[in-house]
Amino acid sequence: MIELTDYLVLGALLFALGMAGIFLNRKNAIVLLMSIELILLAVNFNFIAFSTFMDDLAGQVFVFFILTVAAAEAAIGLAILVVLFRNRNSIDVADMDSMKG
Amino acid sequence: MITQFVFYVFAAVLLFAATMVITARNPVHAAMYLVLAFFNSAVLWIMAGAEFLGIVLVLVYVGAVMVLFLFVVMMLDINLARIREGFVRHIYIGLPIAAVMVLQMLLVVGSDAFQVDRLPAGDMPIPPDVANTPLLGSVLYTVYVYPFELAAVILLVAIIAAITLTLRRREGTKHQDPAKQVRVRKGDRLRVVDLRSGAQNREPDNRP
Repeated sequence: MIELTDYLVLGALLFALGMAGIFLNRKNAIVLLMSIELILLAVNFNFIAFSTFMDDLAGQVFVFFILTVAAAEAAIGLAILVVLFRNRNSIDVADMDSMKG
Repeated sequence: MITQFVFYVFAAVLLFAATMVITARNPVHAAMYLVLAFFNSAVLWIMAGAEFLGIVLVLVYVGAVMVLFLFVVMMLDINLARIREGFVRHIYIGLPIAAVMVLQMLLVVGSDAFQVDRLPAGDMPIPPDVANTPLLGSVLYTVYVYPFELAAVILLVAIIAAITLTLRRREGTKHQDPAKQVRVRKGDRLRVVDLRSGAQNREPDNRP
């Protein structure tokens, strides 16, 4: 039988992988966005696991809204990335320093 | 027994795909591995009883968001050699932090206070004989109708933001201006010329 702990450990590992991806891909904003998607996926895993094992539908409804917000975030992030590449000709996060004082 | 085996297989593939997403050299490969990760997550969600969300994950994420990612990856002409600079250096920061986070979360998850029977019961119980999709729909349009509207507004804002960010008018391209098209009058386009018949007005006929 699959336990709640199995899902939670899987979510924790997935979250840590996304976190490591943010550190590893500092030069590449696209993979940075993908890492954020991984982190949100890990969060959704926890919500669904708790919803199932605590027999409560609210968790699944919350996942629904997280998916909506994540989709919006991905669209806006990619649009910003396209504009950044058009202006700077690079997607390195370190190149976004025009507002540095 | 078989359920547990299936769970572990899909979880292993999911973790492998996630690792490849963050280490892949080529962003296109990273996007493809992310698609694999989403598919495996969808299977695991369906195994957990969230069928509707599993299908939504495949439809919305694999079908729309990842296609958007791939479009952007292909549109940008990225210098791959430059992207990989400092990758090894960041591993020494990233991996220890990730390891510490996993350790901390395992401690929390494994603790006695975190077991299912210790947690308080929710106020929206799942009836055992109703399918997941109608159940979700019945609360989404009644109890959660206000957050649902807010989610719609967020999507609208995202559409407008993405379009206004990327829209640009390049010089020399031909595009329509609907306002000008609507504002046009007959006098701007049409000129009535009085053509008198006769030899003096006729164009020279070059045709053979």
